[in-house]
Amino acid sequence: MPPIRTRLVLTLTGFGLVLAATILTGPLIGSTHISLGRVFDRTIAFADNADAQIFFIARLPRVLAGALVGAALAAAGVVFQALLRNPLATPDTLGVSSGAALGAMLAITLHINLTMFGISSIPVASFAGSIGALGIVYALASARRRGLSTIVLLLAGVTMTAFFQALILFTQYLADFADTFRTVRWLMGTLDVGSYTPILAALPIVLAAFAMLATLPRSLDLISLGADAAAARGVDVVAAERLALASASLATGAAVSLAGPVGFIGLVVPHLVRLIVGSDHRLVLPASALFGASFLIVCDAVARTVWPSGELPVGIVTALIGGPFFLWLLVRR
Amino acid sequence: MLTAEHVTFGYRAGAPRVVDDVSLTIAAGSMVGILGPNGSGKTTLLKMLSGTLTPSTGQVVFGGRPLAGWPRRDVARRIAMVPQETHAPFDFTVLDIVLMGRFPHLGTFALEGPADLAIAQQALASTGMSAFEGRPFATLSGGEKQRVVIASALAQSPELLLLDEPTASLDLGHQLDVQLLLTKLNRDSGVTMVLSTHDLNLAAALCRDLVLLRAGRVIAQGPTEDVLTPEAVRALYGVDADVARHPIAGHMTVTPLGRVP
Repeated sequence: MPPIRTRLVLTLTGFGLVLAATILTGPLIGSTHISLGRVFDRTIAFADNADAQIFFIARLPRVLAGALVGAALAAAGVVFQALLRNPLATPDTLGVSSGAALGAMLAITLHINLTMFGISSIPVASFAGSIGALGIVYALASARRRGLSTIVLLLAGVTMTAFFQALILFTQYLADFADTFRTVRWLMGTLDVGSYTPILAALPIVLAAFAMLATLPRSLDLISLGADAAAARGVDVVAAERLALASASLATGAAVSLAGPVGFIGLVVPHLVRLIVGSDHRLVLPASALFGASFLIVCDAVARTVWPSGELPVGIVTALIGGPFFLWLLVRR
Repeated sequence: MLTAEHVTFGYRAGAPRVVDDVSLTIAAGSMVGILGPNGSGKTTLLKMLSGTLTPSTGQVVFGGRPLAGWPRRDVARRIAMVPQETHAPFDFTVLDIVLMGRFPHLGTFALEGPADLAIAQQALASTGMSAFEGRPFATLSGGEKQRVVIASALAQSPELLLLDEPTASLDLGHQLDVQLLLTKLNRDSGVTMVLSTHDLNLAAALCRDLVLLRAGRVIAQGPTEDVLTPEAVRALYGVDADVARHPIAGHMTVTPLGRVP
């Protein structure tokens, strides 16, 4: 096997090229045909260039939102799987995206209509919900003893998810018909962000989370072998687990507040990537972020075009593609 | 090299102490066995010696400095620990696992270079696992896994190697392999070793010094010939045993005769 340096360069180049290709071709797909040559034709003024307008104003925000959400959810999936030493963990295993969903439900149902810096109240409430969920899970796990016990974290997460789901149903029960319709639509997940503003709001959070995660891949390798084994090899396990939990949850919260709970990315993408690059988190983590971005852009292109009478919520497409694919992965071995 | 001074540990305040006022000294180059029945505190004591667990009271001193307060990486450059069992939830190769031993020697963003690879391959060679380099760790047998994890600990280039029941769950052949490997590492590479075990004959064959632990307290410690007596076996396990020097192997052997009524 080539040394890690070579494999890292190959991984970043390969998955980076795939992402660049999907970002460029993603906005070309849609009901109106546009040509890439015309989009970047500098001889036509932007105001007169319908192709460029469709590319940059109508479609690119959606593609970039897909890239950001896909990257955040896939990377968070990798981190939760290593942290919980469980290949079935997802960004929602600890209740973070359920907390985010509850925040959004409350904002919709209670008609909280504050707009902060051009960001509507729904993503803000949703992000607050994810932070609240993280805080509760974290406090429960820390209260148990000084380090974070894996099994306590898992049980607390499953309980929190069930509890938030019940609160979401309760909120919907109290809501009127129109609000219920909006909440149900939100829960399906969509990348229809409308402009660059929500993306720019989520971007710093995701970037900060990625910056923290960038210090962690080798610690995650060792933590996946067990806390004692990791500590014996020199990992400050408590600090690394806290940083991993906080940054993966931040990324998840930002992603869910932008696009709603888009499922299966955090589960399917890391497993697919491991088939290609192996299990070393220094490769799995960046490759999953890059491939998660590409994967969600492709799923959204399918969602925008496959249904004749309009667009499908992308969450339905990721689950319809991801579910059978993951079952195939499981029985393949 | 390493001393434990009156170390005590209880998992919760008010709970019975798992390790109670233990003092011991590990000389450089020595090979010390910790013996005791299930639940006597062997693993907890080893964790405190490795610095991964901080004593409730007392302290562990390594090379003249108390271990408490050392950054984990600094400790791991000097002391390595082999846990009883290692389970990998992801498909790491044998070489992946061994290279992880280089963690404390590398900066946060540093990647292993040729020197680290050479150290890892040397560690695999010394444990007789070179042929398994590219194999998935999860597909190995218990004995092979144990040898890979020992190689990973050796890749840390430690001065002190702690092993928690290194031969538990191994068959006779693999037990002997690990025993010969540890003897060779101690004799040829000068690695100081402390190991816990249930296997009295293994301890007698390997270790020049023994520490006998019962209910968290040391009931005897010293050279193997002095400490390993029928009285000690009776006190530790409630078993009457014959203890004699084996005429061919040359070390002490313990043969259980019956349960103490």
